[in-house]
Amino acid sequence: MKRITILIITLLSLGLLGGCGYNSMQAAEEAVFAAWGDVEASYQRRADMIPNLVEVVKGYAKHEADTLTAVTEARAKVGSLQVSKDLVNNPQALEKFQQAQGQLSGALSRLMVVVERYPDLKANQNFMNLQNQLEGTENRINVSRVGYNKAVQDFNTSIRTFPNSLTNSLLLHLTRKEPFKADEGAKTAPKVKF
Amino acid sequence: MKILCVIVVLLLHSHLACALEVPQLRGRVNDYANMLSPGVSGRLEQALADFEKSDSTQIVVLTINSLEGESLEGYSIKVAEAWKIGRTKLDNGVILLIAKQERKIRIEVGFGLEGVLTDLVSGRIIRGDMSPHFRKNDYDTGITAGVSSIMKVVRGEYQAEPRDLKQGKKSANPAFTLLVFLLVAVVFLGSFSKFLGGAVGAAGLPLIGFLTFPGLGIIVLALLGAAGFVLGLVVIFLFGSGIPFIGGGFGGGASGGGFGGFSGGGGSFGGGGASGDW
Repeated sequence: MKRITILIITLLSLGLLGGCGYNSMQAAEEAVFAAWGDVEASYQRRADMIPNLVEVVKGYAKHEADTLTAVTEARAKVGSLQVSKDLVNNPQALEKFQQAQGQLSGALSRLMVVVERYPDLKANQNFMNLQNQLEGTENRINVSRVGYNKAVQDFNTSIRTFPNSLTNSLLLHLTRKEPFKADEGAKTAPKVKF
Repeated sequence: MKILCVIVVLLLHSHLACALEVPQLRGRVNDYANMLSPGVSGRLEQALADFEKSDSTQIVVLTINSLEGESLEGYSIKVAEAWKIGRTKLDNGVILLIAKQERKIRIEVGFGLEGVLTDLVSGRIIRGDMSPHFRKNDYDTGITAGVSSIMKVVRGEYQAEPRDLKQGKKSANPAFTLLVFLLVAVVFLGSFSKFLGGAVGAAGLPLIGFLTFPGLGIIVLALLGAAGFVLGLVVIFLFGSGIPFIGGGFGGGASGGGFGGFSGGGGSFGGGGASGDW
């Protein structure tokens, strides 16, 4: 008889765990990880494209060595960063990641401005294709960042609202995650000189 | 109270005004900017419906008058997320968006088609197939060319699933439908007189048997008649008191084939595709 009571209590408390957000918080955290995966993939896609782009531009715009070097260096810096799922839980590392990617964005947009001066290059089919892909990739980065921020917001809300907050402080100890802030590169948009 | 109403309306209004709304999904061709002639619009609608039937890939056209200051890409993904074009797990949807005033075109590609309809291919479709016609103000040709290029690229990437609910019901055994009909007739007539219900059963069951298996002998049919009479009485005994009509079984057999509303299938988008102008 006693055993049955214990069994019933255990089952009931398991049910309660489901009702107090134990599962939903973890699901929300997994969603954040998944969204982070998208962000990482789209940034990686951009990084993979840069060598080709630099190569094509080099052929036409030899005088723009500075701009090209800036892009290559920024890419190298991005490549040297250790990126993993843990980044999501580490605000400093995330900040660093964001900074490096922002720098690359800035260098790339400067390159795209410089390119305007070379009509031959702009008419080059190869370059047009690359530009197309780069635009697509930047758009994917944007979309994935928005998706990530949404997932983070859902997660942060879920760990702060009652009764999840109680379960979290007692059992799970999940911490708040940082969303992406507006890009550094967006604040310091390249100036166009005429 | 009135003031409160006014305030609420104003608040709602300001909320609506702050961002360009995603228009309602009217069909496969959503020509809100009136860029297409009716004939072409109808033909496109039909072609896209056929394409979905064979490939399950959903392609949708949307023209709007103006972006009202919003970015093309931002608006496009907003539409994509609201409409959910494409099948749920395949994510095989494409949206062709045209902003008339800004003279901008965007092809928004679902996850599942990013492999074939790459940014590059989408860009080429816009630059090569659409913009030249658009520059000549020939939107009919431009949009048709764009849509047919998209179809050419994504054709064969997915196949429509063979299990089609409507077709499945269409090919249901006609004997079943007849039996349901007979049941209703028995219950209906049985409510007047039990004997009448039994008689209908006795006549109906052999008839259905004969229609389904034309080669049945007279003895079998007679047996069926007797069984029908008994079953008819049983049915009246079970359902006759109080239930005036059982019509539930009908809808499935009768409907089918017609395509009512169109809606997205739950596909998701990740910002793939390309933008261009004319």
